[in-house]
Amino acid sequence: MTDSKYFTTTKKGEIFELKAELNSDKKEKKKEAVKKVIASMTVGKDVSALFPDVVNCMQTDNLELKKLVYLYLMNYAKSQPDMAIMAVNTFVKDCEDPNPLIRALAVRTMGCIRVDKITEYLCEPLRKCLKDEDPYVRKTAAVCVAKLHDINAQLVEDQGFLDTLKDLISDSNPMVVANAVAALSEIAESHPSSNLLDLNPQSINKLLTALNECTEWGQIFILDCLANYTPKDDREAQSICERVTPRLSHANSAVVLSAVKVLMKFMEMLSKDLDYYGTLLKKLAPPLVTLLSAEPELQYVALRNINLIVQKRPEILKHEMKVFFVKYNDPIYVKLEKLDIMIRLASQANIAQVLAELKEYATEVDVDFVRKAVRAIGRCAIKVEQSAERCVSTLLDLIQTKVNYVVQEAIVVIKDIFRKYPNKYESVIATLCENLDSLDEPEARAAMIWIVGEYAERIDNADELLESFLEGFHDESTQVQLQLLTAIVKLFLKKPTETQELVQQVLSLATQDSDNPDLRDRGYIYWRLLSTDPVAAKEVVLAEKPLISEETDLIEPTLLDELICYIGTLASVYHKPPSAFVEGGRGVVHKSLPPRTASSESTESPETAPAGAPSGEQPDVIPTQGDLLGDLLNLDLGPPVSGPPLATSSVQMGAVDLLGGGLDSLIGGPNFVAPPAAAVPANLGASMGSGLSDLFDLTSGVGTLSGSYVAPKAVWLPAMKAKGLEISGTFTRQVGSISMDLQLTNKALQVMTDFAIQFNRNSFGLAPAAPLQVHAPLSPNQTVEISLPLNTVGSVMKMEPLNNLQVAVKNNIDVFYFSTLYPLHILFVEDGKMDRQMFLATWKDIPNENEAQFQIRDCPLNAEAVSSRLQSSNIFTVAKRNVEGQDMLYQSLKLTNGIWVLAELRIQPGNPSFMALQLSLKCRAPEVSQHVYQAYETVLKN
Amino acid sequence: MIHSLFLINCSGDIFLEKHWKSVVSQSVCDYFFEAQEKAADVENVPPVISTPHHYLISIYRDKLFFVSVIQTEVPPLFVIEFLHRVADTFQDYFGECSEAAIKDNVVIVYELLEEMLDNGFPLATESNILKELIKPPTILRSVVNSITGSSNVGDTLPTGQLSNIPWRRAGVKYTNNEAYFDVVEEIDAIIDKSGSTVFAEIQGVIDACIKLSGMPDLSLSFMNPRLLDDVSFHPCIRFKRWESERVLSFIPPDGNFRLISYRVSSQNLVAIPVYVKHCISFKENSSCGRFDITIGPKQNMGKTIEGITVTVHMPKVVLNMNLTPTQGSYTFDPVTKVRPPLINCKQVFLQSLFCDGREGRRKSLMSWLKVKILTKPGEHTVLCSCPWLWREPHICC
Repeated sequence: MTDSKYFTTTKKGEIFELKAELNSDKKEKKKEAVKKVIASMTVGKDVSALFPDVVNCMQTDNLELKKLVYLYLMNYAKSQPDMAIMAVNTFVKDCEDPNPLIRALAVRTMGCIRVDKITEYLCEPLRKCLKDEDPYVRKTAAVCVAKLHDINAQLVEDQGFLDTLKDLISDSNPMVVANAVAALSEIAESHPSSNLLDLNPQSINKLLTALNECTEWGQIFILDCLANYTPKDDREAQSICERVTPRLSHANSAVVLSAVKVLMKFMEMLSKDLDYYGTLLKKLAPPLVTLLSAEPELQYVALRNINLIVQKRPEILKHEMKVFFVKYNDPIYVKLEKLDIMIRLASQANIAQVLAELKEYATEVDVDFVRKAVRAIGRCAIKVEQSAERCVSTLLDLIQTKVNYVVQEAIVVIKDIFRKYPNKYESVIATLCENLDSLDEPEARAAMIWIVGEYAERIDNADELLESFLEGFHDESTQVQLQLLTAIVKLFLKKPTETQELVQQVLSLATQDSDNPDLRDRGYIYWRLLSTDPVAAKEVVLAEKPLISEETDLIEPTLLDELICYIGTLASVYHKPPSAFVEGGRGVVHKSLPPRTASSESTESPETAPAGAPSGEQPDVIPTQGDLLGDLLNLDLGPPVSGPPLATSSVQMGAVDLLGGGLDSLIGGPNFVAPPAAAVPANLGASMGSGLSDLFDLTSGVGTLSGSYVAPKAVWLPAMKAKGLEISGTFTRQVGSISMDLQLTNKALQVMTDFAIQFNRNSFGLAPAAPLQVHAPLSPNQTVEISLPLNTVGSVMKMEPLNNLQVAVKNNIDVFYFSTLYPLHILFVEDGKMDRQMFLATWKDIPNENEAQFQIRDCPLNAEAVSSRLQSSNIFTVAKRNVEGQDMLYQSLKLTNGIWVLAELRIQPGNPSFMALQLSLKCRAPEVSQHVYQAYETVLKN
Repeated sequence: MIHSLFLINCSGDIFLEKHWKSVVSQSVCDYFFEAQEKAADVENVPPVISTPHHYLISIYRDKLFFVSVIQTEVPPLFVIEFLHRVADTFQDYFGECSEAAIKDNVVIVYELLEEMLDNGFPLATESNILKELIKPPTILRSVVNSITGSSNVGDTLPTGQLSNIPWRRAGVKYTNNEAYFDVVEEIDAIIDKSGSTVFAEIQGVIDACIKLSGMPDLSLSFMNPRLLDDVSFHPCIRFKRWESERVLSFIPPDGNFRLISYRVSSQNLVAIPVYVKHCISFKENSSCGRFDITIGPKQNMGKTIEGITVTVHMPKVVLNMNLTPTQGSYTFDPVTKVRPPLINCKQVFLQSLFCDGREGRRKSLMSWLKVKILTKPGEHTVLCSCPWLWREPHICC
């Protein structure tokens, strides 16, 4: 009496027979027939021909039969849309059934019938069900909205279902809330721009309440939704974390990982000094370890995520090294991941254990695993310097085993070790050379050739060794050919007498007989170098190589931060952002970690600022405590600094010291280098710190005698958009020359070279007056400051906005474009002072419609201060009057292209902290007025 | 969300498919077969496979692959957990989760899958709710059904579905009220060549079988709860109470369920009840060698150890073996392993001669023999870096 009988067929033609049975009068027979149909369906057999007969069975009181028919409908309605309409009436009727189970079933099934025509009939029942008294029906209806949206998004919006769905987030039943969140999240995923899940503290609170009471699956949806929220400050973040932490003890690993995601993300906002931060770190470790005792598939996903977590916050699992030791029965994909994490956690403290383990693994039977283990030993040597010696001897032991792939892999990593610790382990070269013949993989051959070339002077028979490779030159892979070419050239430069023939041979092989352009080009370069200037050749080819960095396979920090936001998702398994692989690229929104915002001041110290927070610590932060400092700095702006007036000021907290540092730098001239961090008192608040950085920026700008206001550097090109190159900068004007102060930071993992810059045509003809000079290659994490002189003789094109500048920067990786707005005051020339008569005449001459009025608020300066400050930015006061107790300043300025701008500045007396300036501008080209006003504002307010 | 599910047996036949959204063609499984071929061993098939238009997330349970197809970004753990839940439910309903059982109950399977997932969102996964919706097949019921014409589909809304305790149905009645708890602990250990413990931890679970009437509220306390490094709870446990008093307080589901699982990893607390010694030697100039393994109880444990099973995974290069156990019996599976189950031993000495097919592979053979030792009160595994497992069931009321 099992269902397998449904699979047996009779000879007569199955469909025909089923048809007869479906139309039978006997209920029992009908049901059996439908079961047979379903059975055929489960194995992918096409039974759509029976559609009308099956639909006829739908009108029944028997729930099982009804369910079976529904199952059938869901599968085949799409292929028979006209027939499917026949079923609509029954659905509509069922939606009114007194039994909530049947109401829910009807609305659920209707949503699954993916036929456009049905959707219009679905709207009314769905609306009713969304407001049903029974929560079971409501929760089913919530999901149905998502289904309908998938079929016809416009309809859902027109019918206002989205709003109803949003209301369900406040439903009294947690299961309904969870399903509403799930449905909204799914809809939001296909419409990233729509602000469907409008999260605010109130709705977050509701979600957190529902979190405790809903099913495990609902908890996953809610947690994933919470992770998209950005708390307004650290207190809110902490309170959310506190309420999410209990989820770490859930038996469902998906709940645990989603909770980990929320915590990892919000932790970013917590100060490391908080006690809670430490508690949270401690709480995260045990659940992560526990995930590793689950089924292997779960372990794999957990390990991929742990890999990210370990890179972001190594402190969480630093004591848990042993749980990552490989077990004999782990599937290979788990073994490989564990190995990866072991290397990341390797440190001086545990290196002995790790090495002992790795040595075991290197004698395993699985080839992939063994290779990775051998490579891991090399990586340990590079990462933990103290262990290098032991690693090398372990590798030598492994080479002695003569197992082919072990030897090859060992040689590849030993090459890396040589590059990390030059002139330390060359004694092992002899052992390596013994294994020359067994190398058959390109990477190992290339590594060996590199070693021979690099240490040619210590290997007596280096020429013989390399010659032996040369025999089959054309059969080698490109990698090996290129290495061989370089190695022989190196050898020639080291031992020119006996290897002339060899080098001739390889150069002709590379240049004449090869059709690989890379190889040919490299061959020609060497050839010409050698023939024209052997000394230069020596300098080029035998140049000292930069040491390889500690960890070669770290994920780039910007990507890592993005991936942390995707913990638990496919992105975290692939270690790629969703935009890189999600089907159709539906405009996926980039997620980023929240910047830290403290609710209480000065709890953070400057060095704890989150490394990857994109907007939290941009240089354009206006110092909050820096008002006083700012004033002092403005004093500084005046022409020659005569004596240190600042030292007498009442600034506390070591500001005297700081300013002293600033003054030193003034004396030091333009080549100002930021004082070492030690000079900054450690107890300074962060905001103070950012004020400081402004200070230094300023002083460097003021280094030469006179100069206009310089804005702090702003990030123009974020690293994420430019393959790791970050450009920030500002514009300065000093004694008649404009320059662009750039700061280039290499946030990628590779060295950047060959920088060049170009401007697009712009409104004032700004153009670089000299090429961009970056003297040394920019190695990872290095920053250079460059001042690029500009002139205004470039070609002119009116831009929108007027002060828009489009810049292209090129390096060895790619060309990047960005645009920036330059402050207009860099274009104010020094001879912009009009005489009085001229001013009056011009003022009258310019028609009144060209006059623009502006107001500058909160500028607590008197007329003299305003005047002197503006003068330093080449805005000259022509005359000054006092009308009815108000100071009136008449000012003029000239732009680089000869446009004059006249200004009347009215200074309202009164409460000094709430003073507003009235600015009237007249100019023949009125479109500049707006920008001149902005220049006024920046100059006066900073 | 989860789009479709394919059940595939070991020989690569797709014997069941279920689609929750639109129908996805079976051909998508070709990518899975490709990966399976590459992996050689069934256990090594990667759980997440990407294809040009879909992602395949699979689990391997009871010689079956559960392959789910997803199209959008979904937490993979969510899918894997769900698939395991599906397999658990089959196990629960049909007594075993096998191809035969599924084929025999294909209609129930289909009804279950439909009940468990709606449009890819989990709907009802709690076994007691499912059992109210769809009654498990029994011989008696099928006889009754065929006579009365009633069905095994419940026609009322399950009571637990929406309450705060969805895991328990209302109106449970028993004449004998009883509750059983099984504490099962496994020691998972890695022991190196010299016999010293590299790593050891205890994975423990408390499985309960509760047959109590009404809405019982139980609490369970530990002598020394601080020993537990990490715990995962069934949703029924009140977390706050545990946080504050370290007491497990809960309204249990009806029937069998896993109450908590825990982990003890402080090494000094984990004592391994047996010792293992081994010795490998090769004959000069021949492809034969000898492998001895000795297992015995540690003196200080004070408990007898029963039902030891030793499993040795030999590398593929081993062609044949001659086994001589001092106690118990043995089998040799020429494909990969030796399994001599040994019973009631105080000390076991196992000798084997084996033939290594190729020269030069000896080194790799030497340090990667896999030995798994199971004991009845315990379960273990070892050798040159192989894990031990130990199990000790307690029964209390």
